[in-house]
Amino acid sequence: MTDATTNAATGTPEAQFGDYVQLLKPRVMSLVVFTALVGLLVAPGGVSPMIGFAAILFIALGAGASGALNMWYDADIDLIMKRTRGRPVPSGRVEAGEALSIGIALSVISVAMLGLATNWVAAGLLAFTIFFYAVIYTIWLKRLTPQNIVIGGAAGAFPPMIGWAAVTGSVSLESILMFGLIFMWTPPHFWALALFMKADYQEAKVPMLTVTHGRAETRRQIWIYSLLLAPVALGVGLTSIAGPVYLAAAVVLNAIFLIRAFAVWRRDEATSEADGFSAEKRLFRFSLSYLFLHFGALLADSALRLTGVWGA
Amino acid sequence: MPITQTHELHTRRFGRNLGVALSLVAFAAIVFGMTIAKIREGASMEAFDHQPRVSITPPVSSGSEDGQ
Repeated sequence: MTDATTNAATGTPEAQFGDYVQLLKPRVMSLVVFTALVGLLVAPGGVSPMIGFAAILFIALGAGASGALNMWYDADIDLIMKRTRGRPVPSGRVEAGEALSIGIALSVISVAMLGLATNWVAAGLLAFTIFFYAVIYTIWLKRLTPQNIVIGGAAGAFPPMIGWAAVTGSVSLESILMFGLIFMWTPPHFWALALFMKADYQEAKVPMLTVTHGRAETRRQIWIYSLLLAPVALGVGLTSIAGPVYLAAAVVLNAIFLIRAFAVWRRDEATSEADGFSAEKRLFRFSLSYLFLHFGALLADSALRLTGVWGA
Repeated sequence: MPITQTHELHTRRFGRNLGVALSLVAFAAIVFGMTIAKIREGASMEAFDHQPRVSITPPVSSGSEDGQ
């Protein structure tokens, strides 16, 4: 997004508007928008389209704010990792202090506006999510424990719960299970990535499970979390928000996920190296579709209920 | 005297300034849209200047209680 303009006085690259957008991690935001939208649409009751639109926008803005705070604090390790060294702060286009100010300002705006648009339960959950991601995960535990991915996953799991609370003003079993689905999905998803992106995390000295406990243990943990994920995913299917589409999708998707996770667990390093980590890459790619299709199925069931195909 | 471009900073930062301007216009439009939506839903509207606010006005006592 950045062009070649430079600040004439300092010689540093001049930040363009796109660089500030990059601070908000738009790709992560797309998952937040989608899951929060599903949480909002499957919730009993409803809100006007304008309020629903505003709620999703401010949830996304809150997620963006926590992304900016993450980029502010993690600039040192982002500079080391190949994948992240082109980000606005490590590349010098945006100053760390600017990222911090933008993160704090957008946090306040998003929480206040979500509270005014919907209710203060949803706003409180959004505030807690930003705090959890920025302080508990980024500042405190990311560099301290190999369970960092599990903890960070919790922050990514809140959006459907916030979407649900925006409509109902409460937390319920359905929203907790939607939270659980993303929470249990995150470790196998990211550890599969860590298995074939090994050098990056190691160089940045981030205690990834692959580094601290070894790759065999990571493969075992992927399998364990996949086993725990399946009942949560099927559990969502037994609640009022799901229907036949979700149940059918959950059975098929979890069967495939378990087969692929099992394949990753049973492999040794030599086999993986020989075929370029094909099983690990297959699991990682499938995990993306897995989450999208689960939430898509919830949306399909909700639409079919609304059109009167089944349920009321 | 007409306002003219006086510094190369204006051209260099045009994109950034335009982005900020559009964001602010979008924010104002969203607040306006939210207000209209809330009024249509029948949310209680209270002014904060020189008007009694229903939510903090004490209930009016009945006449029979006054006389006893």
